[in-house]
Amino acid sequence: MEAGSATVIMVQFAIFARSLETGRGVEIDVTETIASTRFETVIGLEVHAQVLTKSKMYCSCSAEYASAEPNTHVCHVCMGLPGALPVINREAIELCVLTGLALDCTIAPFSKLDRKNYVYPDLPKGYQVSQYDLPLCQNGTLVFESNGEPVTAGITRVHIEEDTGRLLHRTASDGSDISLVDLNRSGVPLMEIVGEPDLRSPEHARDYLIALRQILRYIGASTGNMEEGAFRCDANVSLREAGSTEFGAKVEIKNMNSFRAVERALRYEVERQQGVLEAGGTIEQETRGWVDARGVTVGQRTKEAAHDYRYFPEPDLPPLALGADIVERIAARLPELPAARRARFVEAFGLGEPEAAILTGERETADYFESVCESAPAEGRSRLAANWILNDLFGLQRERGLPPDRMPVSADQLAGLLDMLEADQISARAAKELLAQLGPGETAIDKARSLNLLPLDDDDAIRTAALETIEAFPAAADDYRNGKKAAIGRLLGETIKRTGGRARPDAARAILEELLNSPS
Amino acid sequence: MELTLDEVRHVAALARLGLTDAEQELMRDQLSSILGHINALNELDTESIPPTASVAALQNVWRDDTVQSSLPREQVLMNAPRQNEGCFEVDTPLGGEESSS
Repeated sequence: MEAGSATVIMVQFAIFARSLETGRGVEIDVTETIASTRFETVIGLEVHAQVLTKSKMYCSCSAEYASAEPNTHVCHVCMGLPGALPVINREAIELCVLTGLALDCTIAPFSKLDRKNYVYPDLPKGYQVSQYDLPLCQNGTLVFESNGEPVTAGITRVHIEEDTGRLLHRTASDGSDISLVDLNRSGVPLMEIVGEPDLRSPEHARDYLIALRQILRYIGASTGNMEEGAFRCDANVSLREAGSTEFGAKVEIKNMNSFRAVERALRYEVERQQGVLEAGGTIEQETRGWVDARGVTVGQRTKEAAHDYRYFPEPDLPPLALGADIVERIAARLPELPAARRARFVEAFGLGEPEAAILTGERETADYFESVCESAPAEGRSRLAANWILNDLFGLQRERGLPPDRMPVSADQLAGLLDMLEADQISARAAKELLAQLGPGETAIDKARSLNLLPLDDDDAIRTAALETIEAFPAAADDYRNGKKAAIGRLLGETIKRTGGRARPDAARAILEELLNSPS
Repeated sequence: MELTLDEVRHVAALARLGLTDAEQELMRDQLSSILGHINALNELDTESIPPTASVAALQNVWRDDTVQSSLPREQVLMNAPRQNEGCFEVDTPLGGEESSS
């Protein structure tokens, strides 16, 4: 291979994100990292995210298509009937600008929409209304963490466009292939977020996507749900000789439907290109599809003149002039972003980095944590709250099959439970039991009472349990009397168990010691 | 303004139209005539006219994000030559996958 023929693999991802997968739910592929000193991997991602609006981009049909009957959220505009007049959904523009602001983009003071022409059955108008040369947002950055290191990736642009309909493939009774067109998704607002080829590994790509998705969820611009197609990703991958500054022929990878698929597909593609280059071959610029079941990328038939989209300004939609006043008003909607919140959690609550990262994974979880902490400024509350959320509430959440942004009990309920723990009104064991039983609208204290989980203050009852225990475990009792003081542990545990876990350990211990030390 | 046959074939391919040789000739003549007509605009002196993507003196024409009712499905599908499972039915396009925006 010639030295100059930069074999950069630039991967561009277009992400269709709408999964409930979150950073903490993401499976990490543990296959070994590709190590090549000869080549550098260059990846750029292109994400398509569904903008979280109620209605469509250019008409007032419902944007909800996941559970609707086919072709029930359709009108003359989104089915492309002649003479229909589209009108821009202001909220979609605002959420696109909000995304640009969250990614440190420059917001265009003047922007317009353009027609991108191509023919396909899922595109009833024969063109998609998108943005060509004047996107809403440009020149941003996304800073994310990968392998404990901060990585800064450029954001080329964020623009607004519309989704296509959906095709359902069937085999007709005569054996021919037919497709059924459902236009419910036609005209649903999408943002295209194009990243610079600044990513250097499949892990970077995965972590970039997780961080981007988290931001979109924080600002309420998209659900980021990848499985449902609300967050879709395409990647441009190329390899180049280490040290080269030129890019090699890029291969576009499509059809990656999860974070894990993105990482696996890229890993496969990098290795494939490496193999070709090391064997003295050259990389063809092409589009390849990821076949998840087989774990390979395969070349896709490329349509001739596929990129001849004949863009021109959309004559039915006047341009957008977003003055400083409008942008300022949109900026006021920006919440504290995940990275800042993570840092503040470490600083203000004394949490470790990993805990802070998990607690700020979903905005709702972070709000929940803060609300539980606020209710009691007691020293140690944040630690306790963090432990309970990370260990017990997440566990219960998984058990009950709740989405990651929904907690099994309310913040008030957890605060009540922690109040009791802090006041030593309930044992840790009983508190766990209480958590599992706590239903909607019940307060922790009332429920603890009705479940008999409050500590047993009745010394006689504890004494009875202790006597029973000593009788049942004479060997341990003798050990203790013969000087093996540690043997009391066994007896203590059993005594508490016999009170249904309600005896306070110190009270039970005192009574046991008294019984064992008194001459029998 | 004379289009070449290659240009006609290219535009036809983009529009997924199969044209016979005679139709290609016909389209060349007709499209050439239309373009020639539009080309008359080039005779105007536009030196002092700023370029624009929109001729209406409008900007920021938008609506609130509210949902209104859609068309009844019978109306959506009423002109479809083939219907199936509440959908428009078509022959599966080459490649068989969704177009990607």
